[in-house]
Amino acid sequence: MHYNIYSKLSVSLALAGAILFSVPAFAQDKNHHEDSRTVAAHDTHDHTDSEGGHDVKTQIKETIEHHLADSYEFTITEGVGFPLPVILFDEGLKVFSSSKFHHGESVAEVDGNYYVLHHSKVYKTDASGHLSMDEHHHPTNVMPLDFSITKNVFMILVMAGFMFFLFKGVAKAYQSGQTPKKAGRFLEPIIIYVRDEIAIPNIGEKHYKKYMSYLLTVFFFIWFMNLVGMTPLGINVTGNIAITFSLALITFMITQVSGNKHYWQHILWMPGIPVILKPVMAIIEILGLFIKPFSLMMRLYANMLAGHVVIMSIIGLIFVFGSWLIAPAFFGLTLVLSLLEVLVAALQAYIFTMLTALYFGSAVEEHEHH
Amino acid sequence: MDKLIHDFSFGLFIWQLLVFVALIFLLKKYAWKPILDAVNAREESIEGALKAAEKARKEMKALQSDNEAILKEAREERERILKEARDMKNKIVAEAKEAASAEADKTVAAAKATIEAEKTAAVAELKKQAATLSIKVAEKVLGQELSDANKQAEMIGKIIDDVKFN
Repeated sequence: MHYNIYSKLSVSLALAGAILFSVPAFAQDKNHHEDSRTVAAHDTHDHTDSEGGHDVKTQIKETIEHHLADSYEFTITEGVGFPLPVILFDEGLKVFSSSKFHHGESVAEVDGNYYVLHHSKVYKTDASGHLSMDEHHHPTNVMPLDFSITKNVFMILVMAGFMFFLFKGVAKAYQSGQTPKKAGRFLEPIIIYVRDEIAIPNIGEKHYKKYMSYLLTVFFFIWFMNLVGMTPLGINVTGNIAITFSLALITFMITQVSGNKHYWQHILWMPGIPVILKPVMAIIEILGLFIKPFSLMMRLYANMLAGHVVIMSIIGLIFVFGSWLIAPAFFGLTLVLSLLEVLVAALQAYIFTMLTALYFGSAVEEHEHH
Repeated sequence: MDKLIHDFSFGLFIWQLLVFVALIFLLKKYAWKPILDAVNAREESIEGALKAAEKARKEMKALQSDNEAILKEAREERERILKEARDMKNKIVAEAKEAASAEADKTVAAAKATIEAEKTAAVAELKKQAATLSIKVAEKVLGQELSDANKQAEMIGKIIDDVKFN
């Protein structure tokens, strides 16, 4: 899926490049992590060196990739930002500011160990910062266990704090009366919607209560994170596979833990079918167990990533065309797509929560005896 | 897929897992539970209020029909009393009339009796006087006519017939 998006992107970019004569309008140095010392390693970009459009196209693609990737510093805009702490487990705990990497341009020396940034990953290296590459252009250097507060981790923490104080405030307002106040007036209908339209119909009146906390938290977390991703800060939390993986994993764990006798019976020894089919069905059902959360993970990840890629590609096309006549058209298109993304932000949060509730519902469903 | 796996950040995964699970429990304690409890309590109170209103409405209706029944009863009572009063009046009037007419009859009867008595007395008196008169007349006549025997007998007969006038 990941490659699909990229291949589509490169097709559209190549098309644009072929039609148009290139205009060098794109900002010059977007890629701070282009390390001069490890230029050899940067042949990872398998760009054909066709003349015309190559520079802009490559720059756009790299900007988009950089934009989508996690980062060790929080960049607000070009050259404005702040470094975040790097936390490594490598012969003991190593904590240092990401400013030591100088935007990936230099080797960070911590307690006699040397680290270098390559494609937003920390590798252990020597004093010269040498990275040895394998045939896939992946460095073979050791990657220390990395628990850094990256931009995404930073955003998760900020979002957790924001959500905590926001909803605590909403809850507090009920102490002084039965009606919601301030933000609660907007959020309460959504909370009730999650309860009445997502939890109760899918899980059932009897069991839904114990899942409400997770459903509400995951709904608002995904929604808010998607919306934060719409800002030009280049935050791409829900479009990161590690995030969607952990969310899907929690759904998976809760589903299996709450599975009742009938749930497991239906998976392992499906009633009502010939005995010879039962093992076959068991295999399919067990596969289904993992496919369900996997689809959750991929759906959210791919949708959010695709949204970012499409919008940034269209903005990129402005630079590819480099014409004042065409720019407003692309600007309008970006605007329309951004509006669509606002819808997708809520829709994906809804779908994730909805399917999660559906899986919980299947785990606690009470079958009548046949 | 290779890129996907290569780009997977284990650190980010662990952070997300820890922070998110912590967030679920924190929000559960400080937000979701109080909010959902408040919403439930409100929904229950609204339902309760609606039910109470419905009950009050029914009671009101029952009360109204009670009132109507009482009013109707009162009206009937009044009618009955009025009718009784009318009957009583009629009866009293009838009785009075009867008594009056009886009294009148009695009075008339008494008057008649008196008149009769008076008449009888008058007749008696008259007879007495007539007898006296006739004796006087007879004396006179007898003194004149007693010589003629036939005339005498005729006379006496005549007198006797005359005397029997009543």
